[in-house]
Amino acid sequence: MSDVADRVKKIVVEHLGVEEDKVTESASFIDDLGADSLDTVELVMAFEEEFGIEIPDDAAETIQTFGDAVKFISDAV
Amino acid sequence: MFDLNGKNALVTGASGGIGGEIARVLHKAGATVALSGTRVEPLEALAAELGERAHVLPCNLSDGAAVDALPKQAVEAMGSVDILVNNAGITRDQIFMRMSDEEWDSVINVNLTSTMRLCRGVMRPMMKARWGRIINISSIVGATGNPGQVNYAASKAGMVGLTKSIAYEVASRGITANCVAPGFIATAMTDKLTDDQKDKINTQIPAARMGTPEEIAAAVLYLASPDAGYTTGATIHVNGGMAML
Repeated sequence: MSDVADRVKKIVVEHLGVEEDKVTESASFIDDLGADSLDTVELVMAFEEEFGIEIPDDAAETIQTFGDAVKFISDAV
Repeated sequence: MFDLNGKNALVTGASGGIGGEIARVLHKAGATVALSGTRVEPLEALAAELGERAHVLPCNLSDGAAVDALPKQAVEAMGSVDILVNNAGITRDQIFMRMSDEEWDSVINVNLTSTMRLCRGVMRPMMKARWGRIINISSIVGATGNPGQVNYAASKAGMVGLTKSIAYEVASRGITANCVAPGFIATAMTDKLTDDQKDKINTQIPAARMGTPEEIAAAVLYLASPDAGYTTGATIHVNGGMAML
């Protein structure tokens, strides 16, 4: 697993309080990991800080799963 | 009770009678305060009176870019904004039939839109901190209406709806959002009224007198305090019984 994926997973695990093995490629933050809409905003904020990037709102809306997040961030950094 | 030591508060309209007293009371409870307003002199005078833990941050609330910059300036000055008091407001009274777009827009912009912008500006760090207090100063006329104040009443009622919606969204993050709605308060503005006008006003108030800025500030102090953590989306009416809502 890439360095980006590791760091993203760490944030997701810490923020949502879920088991690491639940955070799979296709795991949806809201449907599978129990996030509410505010959690997703906070996750995006945490990603922005961790990776020093800006994630515009329209892009943030497309980040639904752990895999989406890793892909977006990998492309952005 | 109502200990604000270690908390940082941004107060708009701090050059006015009510805003200045809010800043004084929060400061007295231990908060560091950022005093904002358009007139620098009264802000400087208040900061000098308060001494330590007071910062002056002039801002023209009709300038959207300046409003967006204000929370950042407050964070630079104090380290954070834990308490936001949107107190600044203007009136441009006019009979509704004659009200111009400009009179409408200017009041909505300064009173309502700047409140939204400042709330938005402080939200991210408050969410991260899992603590925040937003206190918006509405008005009795936002609930009762008032002839000649279609724009002002709409802006003040708008603040209530804005505050409640924010309260819903962020309650789970330790952030509260509330309104204080003053009735008639004795300030420099009401000093200009004649005794006859004042008497007429007082007859409509069960308490038979105008309120004081201290009585508004006391409600703000409560809502700003850690003790008010379970009070959110509320409007505290401080009006001497003039409207019992």
